Amino acid sequence: MSSIDLPSTPKPSLTRFVLPIVTGAGALFGLLTGSAMDSPSPGLVIGAVVGAALAYALVSFMPSRRAGRWAAVALFAVIGLLVGGLPGIVAGAAIGGVMGWITYWLSTGDYRNTVPIYYTAPQVLWHNTYLFICGLIFFFLIAPIVTILPLSFNAEMFFTFTPKMLALDPEGYSLRHYRDFFSNPDWQQALANSVKIAPLATLLSVSFGTLAAIGLSQEHVPFRRPIMAILISPMIVPLIISAAGMYFFYSRIGLQGTYWGVVLAHAALGIPFVIITVTATLVGFDRSLTRAAANMGADPVTTFFRIQMPLILPGVISGGLFAFITSFDEVVVVLFVGSAGQKTLPWQMFTGLREQISPTILAVAAILVAISICLLTVVEMLRRRSERLRGMSPA
Amino acid sequence: MSDASTSMSDASTAGPMLAADGTPLKRSLRKALRREKMRALMLIAPLLFFILLTFIAPIADMLFRSVENQIVSNTLPRTVIALDDWDGQEEPGEKVYQALYFDLFVAAEAKEHTKLGTRLNYEETGISSLFRTTGRRSDDIGEAYQDVFEDVDPRFKEAGFWYDMMTAGGGEPDTALMSERLGTMNRLIADLASGDIGFAPAAEISALLPKTAEAYTDFAIFTALADGDVVAEEDPWEAVYAALGVDLANAETRDAVQVYEGPGADALRAAAAAADQLPAGGFKSAFLDVDEDWASQGVWETIKTYSASYTPGYFLNSVDLELSADGISPRDEDQQIYILLFKRTIFMSLTIMFSCILLGYPIAWLLANLPVRTSNLLLILVLLPFWTSLLVRTSAWKVLLQQQGVINDILVWSGIVDDANRLVMINNQFGTIVAMTHILLPFMILPLYSVMQTIPPSYLRAAKSLGATNWTAFWRVYFPQSVPGIGAGSILVFILSIGYYITPELVGGTTGTFISNRIAYHISSSLNWGLAAALGSILLAAVLILYWAYDKIVGIDNVKLG
Repeated sequence: MSSIDLPSTPKPSLTRFVLPIVTGAGALFGLLTGSAMDSPSPGLVIGAVVGAALAYALVSFMPSRRAGRWAAVALFAVIGLLVGGLPGIVAGAAIGGVMGWITYWLSTGDYRNTVPIYYTAPQVLWHNTYLFICGLIFFFLIAPIVTILPLSFNAEMFFTFTPKMLALDPEGYSLRHYRDFFSNPDWQQALANSVKIAPLATLLSVSFGTLAAIGLSQEHVPFRRPIMAILISPMIVPLIISAAGMYFFYSRIGLQGTYWGVVLAHAALGIPFVIITVTATLVGFDRSLTRAAANMGADPVTTFFRIQMPLILPGVISGGLFAFITSFDEVVVVLFVGSAGQKTLPWQMFTGLREQISPTILAVAAILVAISICLLTVVEMLRRRSERLRGMSPA
Repeated sequence: MSDASTSMSDASTAGPMLAADGTPLKRSLRKALRREKMRALMLIAPLLFFILLTFIAPIADMLFRSVENQIVSNTLPRTVIALDDWDGQEEPGEKVYQALYFDLFVAAEAKEHTKLGTRLNYEETGISSLFRTTGRRSDDIGEAYQDVFEDVDPRFKEAGFWYDMMTAGGGEPDTALMSERLGTMNRLIADLASGDIGFAPAAEISALLPKTAEAYTDFAIFTALADGDVVAEEDPWEAVYAALGVDLANAETRDAVQVYEGPGADALRAAAAAADQLPAGGFKSAFLDVDEDWASQGVWETIKTYSASYTPGYFLNSVDLELSADGISPRDEDQQIYILLFKRTIFMSLTIMFSCILLGYPIAWLLANLPVRTSNLLLILVLLPFWTSLLVRTSAWKVLLQQQGVINDILVWSGIVDDANRLVMINNQFGTIVAMTHILLPFMILPLYSVMQTIPPSYLRAAKSLGATNWTAFWRVYFPQSVPGIGAGSILVFILSIGYYITPELVGGTTGTFISNRIAYHISSSLNWGLAAALGSILLAAVLILYWAYDKIVGIDNVKLG
């Protein structure tokens, strides 16, 4: 690829470097496969031998990386098929992919690509270990969310992978939990309540919040800091305390257990997010634009809707999305402020998780993950658009 | 126009500078500034009002409830006054029991005595059942008097006779007594209707038979406003007979009755003559008959200690202390849980915070040092959990960690763990810490990342070119510059975790729960709202201090999302 070949990086030695490491990796996979079949020691030995053979064969006879890796995948898939049937193919192919990748990564010297040329061997080792650790942390972040996606297609009433699922038997998978979600009146009622509460709460927080954010970003605002502290406080105060206070106070004024009580509570919780995002957008707002509009005879209302609003709209929308997701995901406050008539989706999930009756929760969870991916995409796009509008480079 | 131009020229020669309309420029500017400030405030006002109503008022209400204790003085007003003279050395005197009787009778009619019993039971176990049994039998005590009077004159059975006697046939009403009793009753019954009572005690009779007039007025108010009945048609409470007995036990009253001329005077005279037939021993022995706990020093001390309208009792309870007659003392061993819970909450929050630093720092470093395109891609892996519903992530951990869960299955399958000894990773502290570290990790990574982005990579290179090792360059040059990010992230994670409720509730079991779970328990199960409010206030204070620190380090304006 690179036009300048750096002479100082000699090709790593096959026998003293690549072979031992790939053999070790093979031994590790062999040990895992072996212990799954109750024979760890033979597994270790066979794995080591296969690894060594693979490394030698790939490095010596397969200069084409792509072909070599596919060959490794195919080889291990066949071994997997012989050992463990259909799921064995998948596991084998995965192992083969990793083994092939490691072999070429080591033998071509790619492992030094991400570090400066002057790094010593221990430093390179440390750097790659560090990258590996980061990979594990990313795995820790994502794996739990990814795990529940296949589990939601479970055909049984279990919260774990059944043998049929592991055998990739189509009978082990079904849409029954999704069907249950869409046909069970409890879940449908909960969904309807969530859909009824969240948009109204969002509307309230966005309209009040945007006005106040515009007020707060004026040049001269008396008591700016205390006001800001009060407006942000719903985000800072722990939810259980907000819930307790609202429960006490709303039952005094007759709002506890009513639809409006929940809406007002959720609107209050969403406001800090609107304030923060909209004020952040307003920081880059060019005030001379409104002056120019006023100069040309526009009244304040026209100026707001024709000049200011279009420019800060991305911030308003993403603030609104934050407020929406706050209300849509909120459990603690609705648990206390609401009554059975306002049972929302998270509340139903909460009780479902506590009782742990049905994996329908996992289906709901998968749907919610899909929704959050959509929301995340929209917010990211809005953020970039807003930065582009304000002439900042997209970061 | 010409005025303006002349004033302009004036200004250049002498006097204050003037604006176009002739006012001094300074004042004109100040006016403009004031108008601008007003406009800003007008824009903020609706939201501020909204937040004050929907959020700040509830918080204030919670703070108020953590010290409020009016239930004792509202339910037992006379007893509380009578107890003022009690020295606490021995059993209280007859006067106290008598006051208790009349208070408890009204409270039992209004069904408020059980609430008080529940309240005092938090302080001294057993009071709740004591109040319940006594409330049930408060009629019996009065009936002993009622029987005597009805034997003396059968007219004492008649509702109309009583009504005439107490109004003295339409004599001048004692409005002071009426309004005082109405006030007391309103404090006892929160949702008492208002309206015409159709009765007013005569001044004459309340001077002659003060207790009776008081008891009958209570009866009249309750009958008219709580039950919605006509006073003149309802038989009076047993307590009214008892009150008459109390009045007639006084020799002076008996003498005064001899010269009284109002309606029912002859019946009263006959009753006064029969005063010696009334139950001997008074109310004290009657109460001890019902339950001998009424002689217990502890019960009376509790009532006296908690008779004030505001009490630090709940706060003391939340730190495992209690208010007793001799001041503040530690609670019984088996009730001391809150200090332990606070310690556990802080310990677990710190553990979660450090785990987040440990896991978040490498990630933030990686994101900050990769090319923008790659780091944006990887950032999505951080933002996805951030945007995913809290319950989804909690359920994921429940699925992964439980004994028949995915992690245990993998461990058993790969032979690392024996099927018989699957690991217990959930419903304990470990489960809570792992799940919450995962949930709060983005809150650590994002502030760290935004701080690290501002650290120029050239500093590290400079350090290395001056001969620093990798470690020295990191520790002496890079790390100190990233400390603000660590501070911001840590405070954020700590604030969020000490108030967490849902995740500990679902994966915490009994050993992995936080103080917030106890607050929820007191609100919805034990109904000890005062204690819940006090625990909440302490937690709130802790969070506000941290918030203040966060504001000092990062500034609220600099909070960024996503």
